[in-house]
This record gives sequence, structure tokens and C-alpha cells, in this order.
Amino acid sequence: MPEFLQFLASGLTVGAIYALVALGFTLIYNASDVINFAQGEFVMLGGMVTVFATAAGVPLPLAALIAIVATVLVGLALHRFAIAPARGASAVTLIIITIGASILLRGLAAVIFDKRFHSLPPIAGNKPLLVGGAAILPQSIIVLAATAVIVVLLWALMTRTLIGKALLATAANRLAARLVGIDTGRMVGLSFVVSAAIGAIGGILVTPITLTSYDVGTLLALKGFAAAMLGGMGSPLGAVLGGLIVGLLEAFGAGYVSSAYKDAIAFLVILDVLFVMPHGLFGRAGVERV
Amino acid sequence: MGTLHVAAAAALTTLVFAGATTAANAEVKIGAVLSATGPASFLGDPEKKTLEMYVADINAKGGINGQQIKLFVYDDGGDPNQARTFGTRLIEEDKVDALLAGSTTATTMAIIPLAEEAKTPLINFAGAVQAVYPVKPWNFKTPHTDLMACEKIFEDLKKRNLTKIAMISGTDAFGKSMHDQCKTVTTKYGIDVLHEETYGPRDSDMTPQLTNIKGKAGVQAVVNPGFGQGPAIVTRNYRQLGITVPLYESHGVGSKQYIDLAGAAAEGVRLPAAALLVAEKLPDNDPQKKVVVDYKKTYEAKTGQPVSTFGGHMYDGLMILVDAMKRAGSADKAKVRNEIEKTRGFMGTGGVVNMSPTDHLGLDLSAFRMLEIKNGDWTLVQ
Amino acid sequence: MVAALQTRAGVMLLAVIILLLPLVLPSPFYFRIATLVFIFALAVLGLNLLMGFAGQVSLGHAGFFGIGAYAVAVGPTHWGIPSWAALILGAVAAGLLAFLVGRPILRLRGHYLAVATLGMGLLIAMVLTNEAQLTGGPDGMPVPRLDLFGWRVRGAMPWYWVSGVTLAIAAWLAANLLDSPTGRALRAIHDSETAASVLGIDLARYKLTAFVLSAVYGAIAGAYLALFDGLVTPATAGFLRSIEFVSMAVLGGLGSILGSVVGATLLVVLPQALTVFHDYEHIVLGLIMIVFMVFLRAGIVPSLAALAVRRKP
Repeated sequence: MPEFLQFLASGLTVGAIYALVALGFTLIYNASDVINFAQGEFVMLGGMVTVFATAAGVPLPLAALIAIVATVLVGLALHRFAIAPARGASAVTLIIITIGASILLRGLAAVIFDKRFHSLPPIAGNKPLLVGGAAILPQSIIVLAATAVIVVLLWALMTRTLIGKALLATAANRLAARLVGIDTGRMVGLSFVVSAAIGAIGGILVTPITLTSYDVGTLLALKGFAAAMLGGMGSPLGAVLGGLIVGLLEAFGAGYVSSAYKDAIAFLVILDVLFVMPHGLFGRAGVERV
Repeated sequence: MGTLHVAAAAALTTLVFAGATTAANAEVKIGAVLSATGPASFLGDPEKKTLEMYVADINAKGGINGQQIKLFVYDDGGDPNQARTFGTRLIEEDKVDALLAGSTTATTMAIIPLAEEAKTPLINFAGAVQAVYPVKPWNFKTPHTDLMACEKIFEDLKKRNLTKIAMISGTDAFGKSMHDQCKTVTTKYGIDVLHEETYGPRDSDMTPQLTNIKGKAGVQAVVNPGFGQGPAIVTRNYRQLGITVPLYESHGVGSKQYIDLAGAAAEGVRLPAAALLVAEKLPDNDPQKKVVVDYKKTYEAKTGQPVSTFGGHMYDGLMILVDAMKRAGSADKAKVRNEIEKTRGFMGTGGVVNMSPTDHLGLDLSAFRMLEIKNGDWTLVQ
Repeated sequence: MVAALQTRAGVMLLAVIILLLPLVLPSPFYFRIATLVFIFALAVLGLNLLMGFAGQVSLGHAGFFGIGAYAVAVGPTHWGIPSWAALILGAVAAGLLAFLVGRPILRLRGHYLAVATLGMGLLIAMVLTNEAQLTGGPDGMPVPRLDLFGWRVRGAMPWYWVSGVTLAIAAWLAANLLDSPTGRALRAIHDSETAASVLGIDLARYKLTAFVLSAVYGAIAGAYLALFDGLVTPATAGFLRSIEFVSMAVLGGLGSILGSVVGATLLVVLPQALTVFHDYEHIVLGLIMIVFMVFLRAGIVPSLAALAVRRKP
């Protein structure tokens, strides 16, 4: 039983990170059909900017704020200078643009920061809490709680505010949204802002557990993308659940089956799910317009 | 800090180029292919910095045999195919006199055949045994092999009477190769491996694997072959789970950065490492003290980053090559090769190097020191 | 009809370039670069059959590339199979695998297909990394040289001709395929799956054909690279290589045979050219990719062709 709880804690912590990345994918996808492969770089930037701001003597909370603002600006710039000018291009063209952006951001981070690994002090100390024989880091609980808060805030934004409803309308039908007077270009920009902010917050919170460096983004993008697809592209709830499931599969796979093949187990399950449910767990079947 | 770094890099590059252009007619050409970016940038980045720093220094002091060094450095990103392309370019296009190349075993294995075919001396920086055995005429290597690291760890285990161990290794080339080498000498040292786990090079949580090790009865010590950030996370998770048996890291943990990342969790961890890490702590009569203290001070002052044994391997390689060229009185490839092979009693950051026609590494077990982390710093285990 | 003519002209142009290029290549290094371009172009051409003509995204194409590469490494080393036979076996194995997983995978659409192929690619790479006694593990293994009728194929010059001729044949085959009823069906699928199925096109069969062909092209290219380099590592089959293939295909131009070659040329040559930027090379590479895609959004070859057509009075 203590093992089970330990694996569960590990899976949820890692899964929460994937969930935040997947959420970022989903938001941008909903507004623009773009799969943003630079999403992992947002997470990297959140962590790295905070690390270097604190190293320069800025207090941690202010450093975190600077990191979020900086990442949001990068997200806006990505939209303004790379995505918006390519409006109307095919989905794969846009994907390659985001891959280019991810290479660019990694290159910039290597030059501006450095190529070493960095950590941040945990918010509530390093002393693990003992729950039923399992040792859980306070930071893991903070990461999970923050993920929950972000999901609730996002839900409130989408359903309770005009701007959120405009975002939803854009996601549902861009042409119709434009006809009722919604500036869909702005909505896409907004989705980049929110995704960048979520990525940055995630990066800041997980760095004390997972460490960060200029090139952590690639793997996060890969896992986050898989998680988003498992949950069903376009469904924020699906993204979060997808992330948690992938994290849990890896942890239980490593614990009970084989640590060498734990990633394989996660992907085998994803493949199986997609064969049975071709639109993911919570995705809707799209109707192709002829 | 970032802008400073950029400025320093820019200044360094101009230095190298300025040095190159002033002596365009008579120059020694040295080529390097390093993994300065990608998953092995942990190795390639300090190697590149060290190389550029010291070549600029040598040129400022008049070069080799009155000739300036022209340096060509390419980044293979850790990809062996790219390493081979850049290796070909160095030999065919840049027409270099010698190669300092190969940050990883895979990239090194891609370059060795090129050097052999072009009869160009090569000093590589790979960890695994196969990067230097069987001996090939033109290929040399400066880092200790992973087999030596294992033997050093097992020696220490035996001394402490800990014979039943568990291993948790990275699935990257470094972790895998060292794991396999360790398994070849378990019987020699009477070590029993009770349980084995692995983790991916970019995994961010190893508690499931360590939980299984914790649950295995009879384990007296845990050995972790791995490099990069993995060992730091393993160490943190180790303490998080409250595992109390001794933890051994490998020489892949070659920099103070590991202690910074693992924090208090690193207390009591042991590892085999080059004397470089404990430069100032060496007794004054230690013949290696001067060279390691000098290198450490120079590197840390120039880059603002803690010194690593990986950069040290490049220092050793460059100095062995430069010495050989001086003794040969020219950059003639065959003469330089012969002189590298005759290297005796060279005092490097990795230890004393004694090369021979049958040994192109020239280090023995004494090159490794057993270190223990106490109060957030390395200490020598006596 | 015009498209078909353009395709034929493209293949002719390619063949002429392959024939004449050695006259201007100054050293074995340049022959190596050209050979790498041909090998990658072969893989990208395969991917383009799937992506450009059948409209299906694959993020796991390097998996097939890896199967081909390891076939010529493992076959001769462990089982004593001659390299040329191992090459054929590798291509058949990749095709067979594509045929088996193709049915369920190709039922998925768009990004779901992308993630499924991504998973497949990762699984192949993982097996190559973990089955060390066969594959040499993460450090990879050496590949014995290719012997053809007593002729040992090694060095940049022979490989230039082997890969160049193969690429020309592969391009010619692809052009013929596109001109056939199969090709027309594939293009219909690309334009609209729903419309194509309404017209009575057996979607599954044609998509599967494209998938199997792309796998075979990929495996042959992988085997060539392994034989040319004399060694393989799991990175051959890795996620980053898959991304590289997709980038080459899209940059050069989806649905364009010449585009596959141009895309491969760009991403093989750029890392060599960008070394002048030292630490800034990745920044420049990223910028170039973005700029090309923003301004030539259909890919280099189709966009420039469209421009040329528009210029004409």
C-alpha cells in the first residue's frame, strides 16, 4: 500500500506538469487550429527567467512575476510576428513555424542564460509529508493545487466573462464569430497570452522538483501534446485528465512493470485509446465541410 | 550575468579570430567537433569553453613553435551523423593538423575511422572503454573510462564491507555503458547486485524506481551510474523517501553544480572523481595540486561557472597535443602522433598520463579520488 | 494535367542535376553533403507521398528510417545476412509493419494520426535503445560495409552515385504513381476525405498504399545512411529526426517531388553554412524556418512555381 501511494503521488506530480502543457496546447488549438510546439519553451522560460532574476538579487515573488510577464511578451511576439502574418496558411505550415520558434527560443535561452541545469527553492520547504507510508513533497501538493486553481479560473473565464465567451465562439466557428463582430485575430492573440502565462506558472512551480535548463521544452512539448490528444484536442478538461493519466501511467509503469519501458506503456495505452475512441477521451467528432 | 556571458563569448571569439588572421601563412590548424548543444551539452559546453580559452592564451604567448593556432570548432548537437560530417569537413576542407573531437562515445566512434583513414592524430573525450580499446594508431583519449570508475566504487564498497547493492542507472549512453562495465567486474570484487532500475535521461521523478529499491530487503548500498541532471534528482528523491543506506554517484557527476542542485540531499554521497573537484583541498605536496588549482581558477574566472572535470579532459587533451607538437618541432601528423604516444609523466587535471603503444589512455586507478560530500562541499575520503 | 507535366519536368531536372553536380563539387566533403541530401530527400519523398498527396501527417517517420538502418547493422553482424539482402529485408519489414499498423492508425484523422504515428516512432526507438544485446543500446553499433558483386561501396564518391541513382528512380516511380488512378485518388483524399469517399474512393486502401510506400522509402534511406556512415545509434529513429523529416517536407513543399529535395537540401546544408554564426546558429536556423514558412507558406517549390506562373503575362 505505501508503494501504491508513492507511485500515485509521483504520477500526479509529473502528470500535473503534463496537464499544464496540454492545457496550453488546447487553448491555442481551440482559438486557431495551431499546434504550438513552442509550448514547452514557455515552461522553460518561466523557470529560467525566475532562476536568473533571483540570482540577480530579485526577491522570488517579484522574479516569478517578471518571468510570467516576460513569457507572456514572448507569446505575444510569437503570435504577432510569426503566427498572425501566416494567417490562412495550412495547419502543417503553422506547425513548422512553431517548431522554428521553439528552435529559436532554445537558441536564445542558451545564449542569454546558459546551458546548465538550475533549481529554485521550494515554496514550503523540502521536508516530505508522510501520508500512509508514502513520502510526498509539499511542492508536489502546491503544483497540484495550482493546476486545480488554473483549471477553475479558466473555466470561470470561459463561461462567466464576455471575453471568454468570445474565445469560445471563436473556437466553435471562426466565420460565425467574425460575423457577430468578434475580432478573432485578437482572440487568437489572447489564447497565446493565456497559454504563455499558464506555461510560465507551471515552469516556476515545477522547477524546484524537476530542475530546468534551456532545453527542457522539447520533451515537455512531446508529452504534453500526447496528453492533449489522449484527452481529446480542444477539450480543456480532457487536456488536464490526459496529462494526469500519462503521468500516472509512467509512474505505475515504472513502479510495477519496467522502468526501461515506462514511456512505452504510456504510449501503448494512448494508441489503444485512440483506436477505440478516435477523438480522444473527451474530444468531439468534427464535421468536415466539403 | 547573461549579457556578461555574451560579451565574454564575443570577446573570446574575436580573440581567436584576431590570432588567426595575424599569422595566416604559418599556422597550426586544430579542429574540434564537440556536442556544445543537445543532450550532451553538459560535456561539450565546458569542453568548448576550455578549448577556446586556452587556445587564445597559447596564441597570446606566441603559439606553438612560433606558429599561431588556428582553431575550428563545430557543434554536432550530440548527433553522430553530424559529427561525422563535421569531422569530414575538418579533414577535407579545413585541412587540420590534429583533431580534438568527440564529446560522447557515439560521436567519437563516428570520428575515429575518419582520423584513422586520414592519418590525423585524434584525442577524444568519450567515457566508454571502446573509445580507446582496442588501441588504434591515431586515436587517443583523456577521460577515465567508466570501468575505472566502477572499480573505484567497488573497491570502496569492499573496504566498507558493503557487498549487496542495488543499481539505478540512466538509459542514456553514459549510464548504460557504465552499468554494463560495472556488471563485468562484480565477481572480481565480490559484489552482489540484488536489484536494478533505470530512468530516462530527461525524467523528472525517480521515486517509483527508488521505492522499489527501498522495498528490496538486504540492499546495503545503491550505485547510480548517470550524468546530467538525473543524479541530482535521484539524490533528492533518495532522501525524500528516507532511504538510509549509502548512495554512490559516478564520475558523471563532475561538477559542483550537482551539490547545488541536490542541496542538503547530497550530504554523505560518495563518488569517484578527478582531483580537480577538490583542487584546493589537496595536500600541498600533492604533485597534481598546481595544475588543477590553476585550471580551476582560470576556468571559473573566465566563465563565471563552477569548474567541471569534463572541461578538464579538454585541458588535458589540448596540453598533451601542444606538448607533442612542441617536442615534434612541427605539426607534421606522423611525428605528432609518435610524440603523443610517447607522453610520459604528463600531469593533467585527470591524473598522471603515461601513454604507450599499447595504452592510448595512460591513466590508472590512482587517477580517481574517492570523494564524500560533507557540509555542501567535497571532501577526500582517506 | 499541368501538375503532371510539372512533376515529370521536376524529375528530369533532378536527374540532370545529379548527373552534372560532380563536375562542380570540389572535394569529398561536398560529395558527402550531396549524398546526405540525396539520402534524406529519399526519406522525405516517401513522407511526402503520405503527407503531400494523401494529406496524412506522420510524426513517426524516423521509426521506419531506423528499421532500415538497424536491418543493415543487425542482419550482417548477428545473423550473417549479406548487407544487400539485409537492406531488402529491412525495407520489406518496414513495409509490412506499416501495412499491419496502418489499418488502425490511418482510421485516425489529422492531429490524432500525428500522435499515433508519434507513439509508433517512439516505440521503435525505445526498442532499439533497450534491446542492447542486439542493437548495442544507446551507443549504437558499427555497420559492416556494403559489398556489391565484389565491389566494396565506401567513401563519398560511390555513395553519391548509389544514393543519387536511387533517388532519381524513386522520384520517377513517385511521379508515375501520381499520374496513375491511385495518384488521382490520393490527391482527392488530400483535398477532402469526405468528398473523396462520396465519390466512391476506397479511402482506407489508398491511404494504406501511401503509408506502406512511404515506409519502404524511409527504410531504404535509413539503410543507406547506416551503410554510408558505418554506424547507427537510436537517434536515427528518434523523435527529433521525425520532426526534421516533416520540416524538410513542409519547407520544400508538400505535394512536390522537387520540393522534397529542396527541403532536404536546405536542412542538410544550413547547419554547415550557419557555423559562421557560432553560438548563434540555432537562433538563425529558427528564424530562417519561420521566415520561409511565413513568406512561402505552401513551401519553397510550390510557392515559387506559383509566383513564376503569375509573372507570366
